[in-house]
Amino acid sequence: MNAVKVISPGALTTVQDAGRFGFLQSGISVSGVMDSYSHRAANLLVDNPQEEAVLEVTLMGPVLEFQCSTRIAVTGAMMQPKLNDQPVPMWQTIPVGEGDRLSFSGIQGGCRAYIAFAGGLDVPVIMGSKSTNLKAQMGGFEGRMLKRDDVVPLKAPSGEAKLWAASEEWIPKFPTQITLRAVLGPQEDLFTEEGIASFLNTEYLVTPANDRMGYRLEGEEITHKAGADIVSDGIVMGAVQVPSSGQPIILMADRQTTGGYTKIATVVTADLPLLAQAQAGTKIRFERVSVEEAQQLLHEFHERLQAFARTRRPVNG
Amino acid sequence: MYSQTKYLIAGDSALVVEFGNEISPQINERVRGMYLAIEKAALPGIVSLTPTYRSLLVQYDPLTVPYREMLQTLQKLEGSLEKMELPKPNVMEIPTLYGGDCGPDLDFVCQHSGLSRDEVIQIHSSREYLIYMLGFAPGFPYLGGMDERIATPRLKTPRTKINSGSVGIAGQQTGIYPLASPGGWQLIGRTPILLYDPQRNPPILYRTGDYLKFVPVSEKEYGEIEQQVAQGRYQYRLYPKKEAKE
Repeated sequence: MNAVKVISPGALTTVQDAGRFGFLQSGISVSGVMDSYSHRAANLLVDNPQEEAVLEVTLMGPVLEFQCSTRIAVTGAMMQPKLNDQPVPMWQTIPVGEGDRLSFSGIQGGCRAYIAFAGGLDVPVIMGSKSTNLKAQMGGFEGRMLKRDDVVPLKAPSGEAKLWAASEEWIPKFPTQITLRAVLGPQEDLFTEEGIASFLNTEYLVTPANDRMGYRLEGEEITHKAGADIVSDGIVMGAVQVPSSGQPIILMADRQTTGGYTKIATVVTADLPLLAQAQAGTKIRFERVSVEEAQQLLHEFHERLQAFARTRRPVNG
Repeated sequence: MYSQTKYLIAGDSALVVEFGNEISPQINERVRGMYLAIEKAALPGIVSLTPTYRSLLVQYDPLTVPYREMLQTLQKLEGSLEKMELPKPNVMEIPTLYGGDCGPDLDFVCQHSGLSRDEVIQIHSSREYLIYMLGFAPGFPYLGGMDERIATPRLKTPRTKINSGSVGIAGQQTGIYPLASPGGWQLIGRTPILLYDPQRNPPILYRTGDYLKFVPVSEKEYGEIEQQVAQGRYQYRLYPKKEAKE
């Protein structure tokens, strides 16, 4: 059987793809990868479609044993992967054989790594996606994070067995001070001028309360005109929600579909990978952009991935 | 209801079509209309729709349809809403066993309201409740229109686990838990049917703008239905709402 066995699961390892968008009207969350750049790049290195499911690994990596030979790639957070205890490069296709063990030495930057498998993961597509919805215990591998002794089925490796290395310029860095561009709204009119000025002109710190649902930040209070509660409405990834404490929360992949707090702004899609790799203590500044600029940035995000695919160079196995 | 619908920006890939600022059946009817109209028009570039109490979140792919174009398309569609034939909302019946282990707080609701068990059950099951929206969890319906006589405050200490299918009251609201979860609702009954089933197509049978009707069942009927559900042969009762019922 084409599969990979979990020797140790790491801190939080889940199956994720680009997300489950078809059932928001029924209250079913999107889930999906946190860092869509590293996700897509990992798939490109094993000649998969960009949106194929991968393993998302958080802070502490798993130990995996292959029950077949295939090709993999590890991208995202700098987690020092090893194959049979020998260091192997990230952002490069790694050929693996039956019995080989993938492990990680420890995190040196970023927060989440992605492991793509040539051909993809052979888990059921539920409601249009392979993503794990942890809260609803559905999708991915048995609706949960991986644990010891799980055997995760893989598709047979597809395509020619090409090995690639990413060009250095398209490998992201994970700085501890980041700027997130954001479009004001949908409820910016419920904040005071001072509140909006605090948001745009002062620095916020990522607190330890950050996970796949959202990032709680700490900084100058963002003041409301008349309270933080609204009649609940829909929430997108990157929405900057401000409850009555005035401390912002950026909602991420595992957010609920709806919520009842004011949202001052929405971080642009192209900058969400930066946030997804931010650990506690990371300093954030927000920069206002228009919706047209934000859409241009998304366009450039996809151009970067095209450039990534174009400039990857073949390596010898 | 706003005299002019607001189109709010929610980042580079979403718009919020907002019809008003309060919770009312009229505003929600507009949300439902817009939701069904977009679905029916099968507009290019639409990624997902999230209808809520008073607005509709439209997620779209700006690489297919940029902001200005999407805005104009939606505004145009909204303009033609009045002329469109929309399907009637559905009513879905929720067979409910009231009291006992299924509804441990029914007696408290009786005490609080000064009504008998039969009166509380009769009042609770006599209405069709509008589903304003689904959110919080898969299939969790936010319902409107409960009779004030049976309004009861939440538990002082929430339960750590509420069984799936539990029917409860929290303040002026009634509701139902599709999945087991913690919560502070006063539990008055339980349904054996599956509100949410990821293996079923569709996994959730009701939508924003539909109605739920609780139908009291005996312990014996509850057991029978439970068995039918387990065997996959339960016939869910879902039918178009009759006019002027309320």
